[in-house]
Amino acid sequence: MADIVQSWMPTELPETEKAPAKKSGLRRLMRRHSTTAVLMCLPLIVIVAGLIIYPAFYSIYLSMLNKSQTHFIGLSNFNFLLSRDTFWMVVEQSAIFALSAVFFKALIGLITAHLVNNLPAKGQRKWRGMLLVPWVIPLALSTLGWWWLFDPTYSAINFILSGLGFEKIAWLSTPYWARFSVILVNVWYGAPFFLIMYLAALKSVPEQLYEAASIDGATAWQKFRHITLPMMHNIIAITVLFSLIVTFANFDVVQIMTAGGPRNMTHVFATYSFLLGIRSGDLPLGAATSLFMFPILAIAAVFILRGVRKRGREIG
Amino acid sequence: MSTAAIAVPTTKRIGVGASLRRNRRWALITSYFFLILFAIFFLMPPYYMIVTALKSDAEVAHMATNPWIIANGLTLDQFKILFMQTDFLIFFKNTVIVTVCVVAITMVVSVLAAFSLGRMKFWGSSILATGIFLTYLVPDTLLFIPLFQIVKSVGLLNSYWGMVLVYPTLTVPFCTWIMIGYFQSIPKELDEAALIDGASHMQMLTKIFIPVALPGIIAAMIFAFTVSWAAFVYPMAFLYSADQQVLTVGTVTSLIRGDVYKWGMLMAGALVAAAPPLVIYAFLMDYYIAGLTAGATKG
Repeated sequence: MADIVQSWMPTELPETEKAPAKKSGLRRLMRRHSTTAVLMCLPLIVIVAGLIIYPAFYSIYLSMLNKSQTHFIGLSNFNFLLSRDTFWMVVEQSAIFALSAVFFKALIGLITAHLVNNLPAKGQRKWRGMLLVPWVIPLALSTLGWWWLFDPTYSAINFILSGLGFEKIAWLSTPYWARFSVILVNVWYGAPFFLIMYLAALKSVPEQLYEAASIDGATAWQKFRHITLPMMHNIIAITVLFSLIVTFANFDVVQIMTAGGPRNMTHVFATYSFLLGIRSGDLPLGAATSLFMFPILAIAAVFILRGVRKRGREIG
Repeated sequence: MSTAAIAVPTTKRIGVGASLRRNRRWALITSYFFLILFAIFFLMPPYYMIVTALKSDAEVAHMATNPWIIANGLTLDQFKILFMQTDFLIFFKNTVIVTVCVVAITMVVSVLAAFSLGRMKFWGSSILATGIFLTYLVPDTLLFIPLFQIVKSVGLLNSYWGMVLVYPTLTVPFCTWIMIGYFQSIPKELDEAALIDGASHMQMLTKIFIPVALPGIIAAMIFAFTVSWAAFVYPMAFLYSADQQVLTVGTVTSLIRGDVYKWGMLMAGALVAAAPPLVIYAFLMDYYIAGLTAGATKG
């Protein structure tokens, strides 16, 4: 499993070494070998360079144009955004949204993974299959279902609340409840991913460690604290950072449930740049908005890469 | 150490055994209790979607009965309306075309590249592999505005062929990444044997690597399928007429008409649209999960 990490070190070219001893033949083989290799990579390079890297840089250029894209206006779009209260609200909401959603996803994922892991092996598959359903339904469609659950007049959640004697809640039209709702839906969608990752990690912790701890009289909490957590530390970090990127850049939930409302209180970077760039037709301003995501995503990405490499080394 | 450890329980084996068993039973009961609570939370929305889709409009609108159950008889009218009176089938057809093309493109591109990066290696291949992983972390919401310009400039704005062009940005990096892992887990002796027999690199790939790495290829295909089936940002930004629309955006935007939401029909649409990934998941769960966890564990 650690092969990727090892392969990153350019140590060996076994095929060429085993080639016939004649020098010119060897050289020709080597040339042919690497030419084929590069050719095989070419489609990938074209897609990644043309549709990911080029657009990313083009976005920077685009963000420095005026609305009709006729002339260069430097950093005016960024200055404009920074002077707007709505933009700062977007920053705040994006941070609240991503941090709280990821925290609860991780927590629920960790709890459910342990619960499933406690079950006899036969039943685990069934429960795992059931609990992963939110992740499998396309997010846009399940969000539509949630929207219907929160519908102001028909809300089936309010039906339960009033049955229990609570007040009905205007879920999507009260600013703070709307914030709560979009986070709830995101947690519902993302928690199963953590469950699966943790469950896979739990299975890789050697059983002997727990047995040894039991003999030494360790409690369940001590086992968790001193065996499970250290063994899973890396996978937890990778999953959290990865989820942070995906959640921070999420678009579907907010766009469908509130489209940023009420009073722009639920806008995140993605929906706000959609509103400015596509809906209002100011592509440069939209590009500038989405570019604010970049530094945060880049930092998370660097840490993920480090974690993945370290994990590769640990397993190997 | 072993003798001491064994000596302790033997003195009062029966008592310890019984209390251990009782403890374990209680742990199991509490596990089941909380798992049921979580399962209710996780399955509540899909359940409610199914219930709504099977109700008549009158029952939904009057709110006289418990919304969580079907009180006035089960009906398939909502599905009939969905298929006969809306553009839903057009969305479905478009989504199938886009998804099939994207999965095919993704698999060809990423299997070739992963074989080259994972097995053949050339100058810069390790840096390239790392770069691929990093591009996987670039979200679609960062790219959709510049891509809007690019799609527009090649004349594919408001055409589902534009989706065939841009969806590979979502699928290719991750599929390549997990395929590299799968290819590298295959023993070196295999390709040495093939080289000695005079096989070309292409023959090696098609005759040895693809069959051996088939589980990985299925996992990558499932990933590409679910991602392009569920994609939302790009069609939302690039498609606007109903005849070009795909399922996700079509269901969420076009099926909602006028002031009165036809909730039963909307839920029926959402369920039918979500069915293909769910069916694949039901039958190929292990591959699905393998693809999911591969990103962090294969590397």
